[in-house]
Parts: sequence; C-alpha cells; structure tokens
Amino acid sequence: MNEALRKSGILKIAEAVKQRFAIPRGMAANWTRLKKTAAVGLKSIYAHGLRSLLTVLGIVIGVAAVISMLAVSEGRSFEAQQQFRALGSNNIIVKSVKPVEVQGGGGGFRPQAVVYGLTYEDIATIEMTIPGITNVIPSRIVKKNVRYLDNTMSTDVVGTTVDYPISRNYNLREGRFFTQDEVDGQRNVVVLSQEVATALFPLTNPIGDSIRIDGYYYNVIGIMESEGFSNLGRSQAGSSNAAPTRIFIPMSAARYRFGETLVRQTSGGIESETVQLHEAIIQLEDQDSVEEVGQIIEQILARRHRKVDYAVEVPLALIRQAEQSALRDQLQAAAIAGISLLVGGIGIMNIMLASVTERTREIGIRRALGAKKKDIVMQFLIEAVILSGVGGLIGVILGITVPLLLSLFWGMTTIVTFGAPLLAFSISAVIGVAFGIYPSMRAADMDPVEALRHE
Amino acid sequence: MNSAGTAPVQHGPAVIGSPSISGPSLGRNIVARLEDIKKTYYMGALSEQVLHGISINFYRGDYISIMGPSGCGKSTLMNILGCLDQPTSGKYFLGEEDTSKMADDELSTIRGARLGFIFQSYNLIQQLTVVENIELPLFYQGHPEEESRQIAIDLARRVGLDTRMDHRPFELSGGQQQRVAIARALSNDPLIILADEPTGNLDSRSGAEILELFDELHQQGKTLIMVTHSDELAERSERQIRLRDGLVESDERSP
Repeated sequence: MNEALRKSGILKIAEAVKQRFAIPRGMAANWTRLKKTAAVGLKSIYAHGLRSLLTVLGIVIGVAAVISMLAVSEGRSFEAQQQFRALGSNNIIVKSVKPVEVQGGGGGFRPQAVVYGLTYEDIATIEMTIPGITNVIPSRIVKKNVRYLDNTMSTDVVGTTVDYPISRNYNLREGRFFTQDEVDGQRNVVVLSQEVATALFPLTNPIGDSIRIDGYYYNVIGIMESEGFSNLGRSQAGSSNAAPTRIFIPMSAARYRFGETLVRQTSGGIESETVQLHEAIIQLEDQDSVEEVGQIIEQILARRHRKVDYAVEVPLALIRQAEQSALRDQLQAAAIAGISLLVGGIGIMNIMLASVTERTREIGIRRALGAKKKDIVMQFLIEAVILSGVGGLIGVILGITVPLLLSLFWGMTTIVTFGAPLLAFSISAVIGVAFGIYPSMRAADMDPVEALRHE
Repeated sequence: MNSAGTAPVQHGPAVIGSPSISGPSLGRNIVARLEDIKKTYYMGALSEQVLHGISINFYRGDYISIMGPSGCGKSTLMNILGCLDQPTSGKYFLGEEDTSKMADDELSTIRGARLGFIFQSYNLIQQLTVVENIELPLFYQGHPEEESRQIAIDLARRVGLDTRMDHRPFELSGGQQQRVAIARALSNDPLIILADEPTGNLDSRSGAEILELFDELHQQGKTLIMVTHSDELAERSERQIRLRDGLVESDERSP
C-alpha cells in the first residue's frame, strides 16, 4: 500500500520533470519567481525587525524631510503671492516718498517746509499719455488719532474714491462703501477696517455710530473685511499698502478737513509737509503690459520730478519675484533633503552588506541548488528595494502629517503638492536600487564552494 | 553525441528521470564520466595540484562510496562532480554534456536540473519551511508553482515528514533535517545524488535511518555517490572507490 503510494509519487515526479522541459519560461514563471524572491526578502526583513527599522529610518527621515520642506516653502510662496495678488495683478501703485535729502537732514540746516510727492497733474499726465488705463484711484493718507468715547487709536486715514475696494479686491464685511454722491458732497462718512472696528467698538456694532477725528464727527457706514493673508506679508511688501489699521473717508472730505499741508512739531521746531497725493492705484485693462507700463510711468515721473520723491510698485513683478524666491527655496530644500536621502541610502548599503555576509552560507546553498548569479542579485536587490520602498512609504505618510501639524499648531501655511510625495518616493526607490546593487553583486560573485564552507 | 567516439560502453539516449535500468545488452548506462580530471589550485605564485588525472565511469543505479585519507582530493572531486568547481583539465560528462567548459549560468542550470546534494550539515535554509526547502531546486528551474508544491509534499511524505511540512529546520531533529535534505535532493529527479558525509552529524540511530533511506533509493534505481570516512557506510554501498594523493587507488565492487 505504502509502496504503491511511493510509486505513484515517483511517477508523478517523473511526469512533472518531463513537463518542465516542455514549459517555456514565460511571463507567468517569471512572475512567480519574482513573487517568491520578494517573499524571501520580506521574510529576511521581518526576521530582523529592529535592524530593518533602523536601516529604514534614514530613508523615512529623508523622504519626510523632502515632502515637509517642499510643503513649507510652497506654503510660503503661496502666501507671498496671495498678498501681492491682493494688491491686484492688473494694478500699478504709485506712491509719494519723502526724498532722501530731506529725510536725512542731520546737519545744521533743517528745511522747515517740504513740498514733495505726486501731484494731480502727474496723475492726469499719466492717464492721458498711456492707453489702456481703465481707472485711477488716488488717495491721501494722513495719520490721525481717531476716537470713539474713551477709545482712541492712531491710524491711517485714507481719503480715496469709490473704486478703492474694487481695485484692491478688498471686500466689505458689513455695511457699504461711500458713494459718489458722498464724495461729491464732501460728506463726513467713514468705512473702518476690521481691526479698527474691533479696537474702537469692542462691544457694539459701529455701524450708524460716529467716530471723531480732529474734532469732526464721521458717521460709520461700513466695515472692511480683514485683509487676511496680506497682513502676514506686511514686512515683505515694504510699504503701508497692507496696513491693517486703515479707515477710509471720501477724498474730498479729506482735502477739505485736513488740507494738503501737514504741520508737525518736532524737536527742531515746526516742520511742514505738503503732499497732494500719497498714493494712486492705476488700473490697466491688460495684465500683460503691466510691467512695461510701470517702466513708462517711472520715465514720465522722472521727467516731471527733480527729486525721486515717488515710487512705482508693480504687484505682478513682486509676484514674479516671490515665485523666483520660492523656486530658490525649493531647490535649497531639495538639496538638503537629497543629502539626507543619500545618507539613508548609505545606511541601506551598510545593512545589505551585513546581510550578505551573514547569509553567505544561504547564498552557497541556493547556488548549489541551481540559483544563477542573477537570481542571487535579484534576491538581494529586491530586499533593498523593499527596505527603501517601505521606508519611502512611511516617509510619505510622515511627510504629509508633519506639514499638517505645522498648519494646525503654528498656523503656518503649508501646501503638499501631489508631486512632492511622488518625487520623494521615486527618489527613495531609486536609492534602494542604486545602493542595493553593490551588495547584491558581491553576494552573486561569491564562489559557491567557499560560500558553502562559510560558518 | 560528443562522447560516442571515446565511450567504452555504449549507452542509449539519457532519459532523465527514468528510474528503470534498461541499457543495451552490453552493459549498464553511464550517467556520468570523468576523463583524466586534473585540478590545480593557484595561490599567487604558489600552486598545488590536488587531482592528478582521475577517470571514473558512473553507471545508472550505482551506489558508490568515495573514501580516502584527508587531503586525498575527495572534497575537490565532489565539488567537481557537483559542478560547483571546474577541473583545470580533463572532461566531465554529466549525461551527454561536457560540463568542463560550461559557463557559470549553465553550471547553475545543470546543478539545478541534474544533481541532488546532501551535505553533512544538512544546509537547509532556516527561513523556509520543510516544503519550501524541498521545492527550492524546482523553483530555480522555473517549475510551475502548484506542481512543485505537490512534488515537495509527496516527497516530504515519502521521507516520513508528513506531520512536519510547515515546520522550519530549527524545529527539527538532525535526522529529520537530513531527511528534508534528501527529499530536496530528490525533488528535481537528478541523474546523480551527491552525499558528503551524510551521517557525519547524526547519532547512530538517525544515521541508520538515513542509510535505510539510501538503500531504498538505491533499490529504486537512483545513482548515489557518497563521500565518507566510515567503513561501515562504505560496506553498505556496492562500489568503493579509494583515492590517494589525487589518484584512484582502488575501485572495487562488493561481491
């Protein structure tokens, strides 16, 4: 009975072996081979859990670093761009700047009356000379103490026209902006910024109430939205553009109430400053010509002014600059992360070499049982790739989590683009192969006799 | 037929895997043949000749023990027979193929397809189960998965490891491990099975069991070549080849 079983077994084997020579080594066989080889790699990784984990740590940190650093720099550049975009990418902003000679003035002689800055004529000339200008929004900006009951604060009072909010993508949160009628009528109405509103009216709704500036009362008719992103980048803008504590009154009222000359008491005596316009937003039809027009405006102003008492800002150019600096940031991040990935790769190579030495005997056995050199190469290469792949995967998860935590707890803007994890993961896979090749080749090149003798 | 001119004994086409002894009337089939094998090891400027010209015919169904004092070249001869090492000169026919000029990949293939190895220290792979160890030669031959598994299971039963199929080598006794190794050596139905001191690490009872298994294989027509120090083992085999200083000293058949 037992004998019969054995015989049938042998027959079966004989049959199977005959078939072996008939079966072409097609895709299916290769796939099985790969699967089994991968299984061997996995087992060996699993058998040395802690060691594998430590090996993989380098890759994990590298990949996580790539992704988080890219996310942070992406977020920063997004913020900067957002802020400049808030200035309007179709806009050119012309400002009055106190000339340097006057500002310095540390010497004995101090001019008592300074006249500088943009004039109405400047703006009219620009408007007439350059085609494609859709709108010009001039403003006068005067620093004043504003007051409601016992609350006072120092703020920029902006005298402007009705189009100001539209030109800056700056929306009302409540109430309304002033109308053309109110501008024409030099009415005492005011629109507060969110920040001023909460400072002066901590408890009540300011709309309908009045605030006092220089002894005149102004009726509060609206509150602007907080400027959000642009506040964060204030210092980058290098101007008062995004100053949060602004309030808005009709241009005509500003001229009428405050005049064009600001008189100030200083330690050296009385100083007066006369400025017609502090700022003008020039809106163009077409974004493409913004930078060109900005240069032309600069030329016009240069011809009309003896001193450089003006500045021309092109938000679009600032956006471009921000983009460029973001690119630089990203390259830097990539370089640092690349180095850490390299270190991770060396870690993998190190552990693979140890693994090869440790398993010399196994290599000998496999070679004796018919494994070709390329089978051995595959076995160790797959192991290296699995190590770096798993490391890469953990790194991707960590790399997505870290920016998330940064946003959550520090309010940092971080953006994980689709490409970053993909890039980091592929680099880690490539590193696995690159640093796995040498140990694998070493394993394959062992003399089977020597390897079998190895203790 | 590269060996037709020199072969002293006529033999039919090598039918791999056929356990029957069905040679032409003149004599038995030759499964392997060594022709004036010489082996010299070079170490820098030094060289040492280990084999000085060995010629042996191995017949189908032979049960051979190779003996000799240490340093006589037994191990070197076994390595050459196992296609793990190449002779410096001479020819080694395995089946009808001359292996002495083969490239590494071909040698791997021939080891996997035509040879079975049994080592003194078993040499099982520790991470693999009994069945996985047994089917390993078939795996490297690219043999279909399910069939390999079936062959391995059948062989595990045959060597009496029915209940240990999913165990790992370190969970088995020495005798059991050696039986796994034997099953593994049978999985590809080799032309010859090479055993290097197969009972060297075993206690006498396990050793005896292994030898019984060898007898069984011999009865089934397998060709066994065994290196041993033990006279007891040698007496059990049918043909004893003694080496001395790299030459065949004697080649006798048991009566």
